Amino acid sequence: MKNKVIVIGGGTAGMEVAGQLAKHDCTVTLLERSAETGGHVRDWYHLFPDRKDSREVINYLENLIRHKSISLFTDTDVNDIVRENDFFVVRTSDGKELQADAIVVSTGFDLFRSERKEEYGYGIYDNVISSADLEKMFRNDEIKLQNGNIPSKIGMVHCVGSRDEKVGNVYCSKLCCVTAVKQAIEIVKRIPEAKVFCFYMDIRMGGALYEELYKEAQQDYGVNFIRGKVSEVSQDIDNKLITKVEDTLTGRPLKIGLDMLVLMAGMEMAESGQKIALSAELDTGENRFFKATDLHYGSNKSNKNGIFYAGTCTAPMNITETISHARAAVIDVIDYLNDRSN
Amino acid sequence: MSNFGFTLLKARRIDYDANDRSIADFIHDNEPSFRWCIECGCCSATCTSGNYIGFSLRELQILLKRGENEEVKEKIFNCMLCGKCILVCPRGVNTRNVIALAQEAFKNKKQHAV
Repeated sequence: MKNKVIVIGGGTAGMEVAGQLAKHDCTVTLLERSAETGGHVRDWYHLFPDRKDSREVINYLENLIRHKSISLFTDTDVNDIVRENDFFVVRTSDGKELQADAIVVSTGFDLFRSERKEEYGYGIYDNVISSADLEKMFRNDEIKLQNGNIPSKIGMVHCVGSRDEKVGNVYCSKLCCVTAVKQAIEIVKRIPEAKVFCFYMDIRMGGALYEELYKEAQQDYGVNFIRGKVSEVSQDIDNKLITKVEDTLTGRPLKIGLDMLVLMAGMEMAESGQKIALSAELDTGENRFFKATDLHYGSNKSNKNGIFYAGTCTAPMNITETISHARAAVIDVIDYLNDRSN
Repeated sequence: MSNFGFTLLKARRIDYDANDRSIADFIHDNEPSFRWCIECGCCSATCTSGNYIGFSLRELQILLKRGENEEVKEKIFNCMLCGKCILVCPRGVNTRNVIALAQEAFKNKKQHAV
């Protein structure tokens, strides 16, 4: 009889896990709490560093899970996971009780809700938007202010909800820097006369071709980089966003009026994942993400034998890393199933 | 050669070996969060005093850490102790206590000098 695996979460990681497990002769049930699979990638327009259309990744993943051994249930939340002797029972929000030999948790991340940094005015001022909002504008091909005008001075605030003790997230989300650079380039491509300013504490470009993209932004698109964390934003009578930051490299406070401000929202452990952590007694770390048994060689293993992790439910990751992490989870699952049957 | 080209202008160099970092040590001993600063400048951007006069806590604290105390000894008293900097610091540095301790250290130094 084929081994049964339940994969919780149908984003990039969950789809990759489901597809690879099916190829390796498992019967897979993929549970997704929203109406469709694909997760956050669906909300993104272009992916860094090569500005690939995110739909290419979605197409790849959708083809992967189109497999006779995969059953997909959307609009399905997980209430709890219980171990019964040699197998697991997963109870879902719609009353299903599903059995499996192993579980992969791939509940992903939530984007930081920018209104929690109230001093930046998201949800208060008209033209303060999040990085995710800007992606939607790119997709709809209209970067416009709320009054319909085209912005000419745009600020990108790095580290919104990351590296910030005041919101309880001390870790670096690590993708926002390169996202800011990618988005700055995209803005100038669409509005060539626009001036874009990135406000940063540190520029973290630790990925393949990230540093090159950073230089391209300076060299070919004239993106400005100002080293300082924005402290607060207010709006003047003309709807300009008056932004306060210290230009730390000249050592003086800097005031700049902007048409639009883009907040580079960080990544947080998904609330749905936190619920599962509580009900299934899975360990989480200081930063609330699932805590794997070892950071080096056990990054897919949970504290419960037979339950595995894949993707950004363990830490912020880009698509490349998420897919690699998901494939690694598949190896651990297969090992576990083989050891069990021997 | 041991001077390595650093001899010409005193004002253009930080002599880390010769400088007195006892004030920074005193602040750190009494307020360990002093070391957590990453120089983001959020405190200086939001600073009530800094908008009127040359007062940047980010700048002053790094000068203290380098032992460039002469540049700090008067400026540190320009703070109004309003505490806005504490509200914005992403690293949770107790900035107001850092300033209070720096002021205390400079006052003590002055007394001992007399």
